[in-house]
Amino acid sequence: MTYIAKPKFHHPGLPKNDLGYTRRDYEGKISTLCAGCGHDSITAAIIEACYELSIEPHRVAKISGIGCSSKTPDYFLGNSHGFNSVHGRMPSVLTGANLANRDLIYLGVSGDGDSASIGFGQFAHSIRRGVNMTYIVENNGVYGLTKGQFSATADRGSKSKKGITNTDNAIDLVAIALQLGATFVARSFSGDKSQLVPLIAAAIRHKGASFIDVISPCVTFNNHAGSTKSFDYVREHNDAVNRLDVLIGREPITVDYAPGTVQVVEQHDGSRIALRKIDADYEPHDRVGAMTFLQKHAAKGQIVTGLLYVDPDAEDLHEHLNTVEKPLNRLEADDLCPGSAVLDKFNAGLR
Amino acid sequence: MPDQKPISSVNDFVVRFANVNGSGSASANELFARSILRHGVPVSPRNIFPSNIQGLPTWYEVRVTEQGHLGARGGVDMMVAMNPQTWDKDVASIEPGGYLFYDSTKPMPSTRFRDDITVVGVPLTAITNSTYSDPRQRQLFKNIIYLGALCALFDMDPKLIEQLIGEQYKGKEKLLSSNIHALHLGRDWALQNLKCPIGLRVRKADKVGDRIFIEGNNAAALGAVYGGATVCAWYPITPSSSVAEAFTNHCKKYRHDPATGKAKYAIVQAEDELASIGVVIGASWNGARAFTATSGPGISLMTEFIGLSYFAEIPAVIMNVQRAGPSTGMPTRTQQCDILACAYASHGDTKHVLLFPEDPAEAFEFAAQAFDLAERLQTTIFLMLDLDIGMNHRLCRPLKWDDARQYDRGKVMTAEMLEEGRDFGRYLDVDGDGIPYRTYPGAHPTKGSYFTRGTSRDRYARYSEEGPVYADNMQRLMRKFETAQDLVPRPLQANAPKSTKYGVIYFGSTSPAMDEAIELLEKRGHLLDRMRIRAFPFHSSVASFIAEHDFVYVVEQNRDSQLRSLIVNENGIDPVRLVPIVHYDGSPITARFIAKSIGDHQDHLKVTPLRKAVS
Repeated sequence: MTYIAKPKFHHPGLPKNDLGYTRRDYEGKISTLCAGCGHDSITAAIIEACYELSIEPHRVAKISGIGCSSKTPDYFLGNSHGFNSVHGRMPSVLTGANLANRDLIYLGVSGDGDSASIGFGQFAHSIRRGVNMTYIVENNGVYGLTKGQFSATADRGSKSKKGITNTDNAIDLVAIALQLGATFVARSFSGDKSQLVPLIAAAIRHKGASFIDVISPCVTFNNHAGSTKSFDYVREHNDAVNRLDVLIGREPITVDYAPGTVQVVEQHDGSRIALRKIDADYEPHDRVGAMTFLQKHAAKGQIVTGLLYVDPDAEDLHEHLNTVEKPLNRLEADDLCPGSAVLDKFNAGLR
Repeated sequence: MPDQKPISSVNDFVVRFANVNGSGSASANELFARSILRHGVPVSPRNIFPSNIQGLPTWYEVRVTEQGHLGARGGVDMMVAMNPQTWDKDVASIEPGGYLFYDSTKPMPSTRFRDDITVVGVPLTAITNSTYSDPRQRQLFKNIIYLGALCALFDMDPKLIEQLIGEQYKGKEKLLSSNIHALHLGRDWALQNLKCPIGLRVRKADKVGDRIFIEGNNAAALGAVYGGATVCAWYPITPSSSVAEAFTNHCKKYRHDPATGKAKYAIVQAEDELASIGVVIGASWNGARAFTATSGPGISLMTEFIGLSYFAEIPAVIMNVQRAGPSTGMPTRTQQCDILACAYASHGDTKHVLLFPEDPAEAFEFAAQAFDLAERLQTTIFLMLDLDIGMNHRLCRPLKWDDARQYDRGKVMTAEMLEEGRDFGRYLDVDGDGIPYRTYPGAHPTKGSYFTRGTSRDRYARYSEEGPVYADNMQRLMRKFETAQDLVPRPLQANAPKSTKYGVIYFGSTSPAMDEAIELLEKRGHLLDRMRIRAFPFHSSVASFIAEHDFVYVVEQNRDSQLRSLIVNENGIDPVRLVPIVHYDGSPITARFIAKSIGDHQDHLKVTPLRKAVS
């Protein structure tokens, strides 16, 4: 048996969302990752976010590269089309898919090897172009499927399971995404579902390039003392700047917090993000400020999490290319072919 | 005085312009070629240019050929030597009895000339400098002035050139009149100071007909527009960049919604060729028609994705405008050198469909057809152009489109079909042709979704590492490739006037040189049946053509006779039966070369049998 189907039975009283779907309708096959893998928590968070947003489960395209993280799209949204493509090339495949049909939701799932090493260029250029997508990196600092080599996000000085010290500098994908103009940038931790689920939901509702770096410990190869991507290390060094709730529609904000600590961000599609500030000075609309804040905290060994930057009025690649509203994959010969009369004129100009 | 009789020829000669890259000569030279066409005389021009923007030598060769031989001929009857850097080589390359046209403003020592050619000096710089003061104008109009002088020397009708200039600068009165003025400056000087016309002459004929004059890359790009391509992703690389650029221009003209002004296409200049093909595969997976254009080095980079397209069965169209390899090779020189690299691109067992257009008209047709084939066969289709077809203007039949033609979107299971309860297995061969059904993402809320992957999977797209499941899929892919044989353009065969034991196989840009070579060979007494291969996988008629002949020459423009290897490998042919004729110095193959190579081989075959000789 090389794949595991999940039984479809569920409790008849399971709660339903606005479209009448239960959480089970957003699930996929049974994970084949190691027990306790951080990636499975991210899978659960994606399921939860899509359920909460009442997304039609088949209107998402899940696209990934190669690696443990890239296997996960098989484990959620079983009624969506998935594409486990080529190592490091998820961004280009997603870009093409997005150009073909602007009406679907694009979820790109990648890992640190996939996005910070072999696919660093594609990561950068998809962000630069402002592809309307949610780009999630399940970041564990290690190559899991090939048994424990350092990845490019492993911190300098961190130790591998075999006791080797990493001497290369780490790539911080969040810092790069900010620099390249991503219009929604966040970092979270797979062990913090309450922070992660609304971040994913807000990213999906964001129109433009959304990037979430999720630190996701590898229980098998990178969860030991000396690792800076272990559960214990991330819990100890997690410096959350804010927590958020995503609000759909016009319902009032019910979260009950001290005045002045909640900031509401309205996105293009009318959805609102209620940001509960933890760090009172943190301003998520200030790209340069965010970059400085990150650098300062990284120097102190802290892992800054939360919604780090958002531009609610972002544009996406389709706007830049001025494409028609109708998805390109639904245009037929009548829309696309100029016909023989035009060709005759064209010929006449070449004599 | 030349001791050789000057060449005398009407409507059949080769002029070569030796220029400096970036001097603005290209448009004047093209004007020269077009004006001969307006005389009703076919021409075949070729750019010979360096991988450089400014300063290095560049040549433009125009073969004037009333008989319509559009291949390169070889040899130069008149050299328009405008580049001091290449003077010696240029002068040396003139045929005995030929002509040298040069700027005689500065006197040249007689040792720099040859005594077996006719030297025609026109003080171009002096004329230009006395007329224009602006340096850029001096440079540009100098080109038009030599065109005017050539008009007198070749006895061309200046009205026809004026007409062309008029069309080119329509609405730009100042440019129009100044160009015409420059043309007459040159022409009048030549008429007053030189013996006009010379032995090479252009005489009005009626041999062009309704043919058009177009570059293959431009035609292929228009084919993509007509074929319904909506997504184009590309990375600049010579000699393919003009495909994407032409596609952009055609789309701007033909693909904007008149009401909203919005674009019915998306073009991405990607960060590299890996991303280009990734975008194409993502778009095609999602149901759009997508393509990329590239050249050899780009193909090398794309191979991993090409394997994915083959194995996961995702349509893709790749236009490969071939240039001389390997590695960076000669980026601005032509070859047909990526046959094997494309036919078997990627690791593992793979085979890909190749289309070989012979000229821009076929480039247009095959480009449009490539999108039907890609969606029908759910795999990569290569349109195998080369620099010779792609970047040169070629006279060819007008482009045609049947308005009744609908796109073949292939086997797509729709929401309605899923709703009817049709069994959907993404890799299930329901029709026995090896081609499964696919669904577009987002088609149906509960049915028809599947997980696309480059890993092995069963007929229902479920991951599997079981040997028999893997083998079953690989065999189906073979069946699909067999199906392709009857869908791709068939080979065209033309037999010799009398039955012969010898045949020749050729393809792509070799076509015009081959047609001309057949005539030369017939004059030498060698009869050959010929077959032009237009696609891979090979149609069964290729094997029977070879079986019907003792020897078949395979003419191609690469060192290793790659098409021959492909034929031997795919059809199990005895290699001895296929005689390689290869031309690979980066220049386009010529009729003279083919006729000599085949003719010499044939002469050897005609050795008198020993028994006859002694009896």
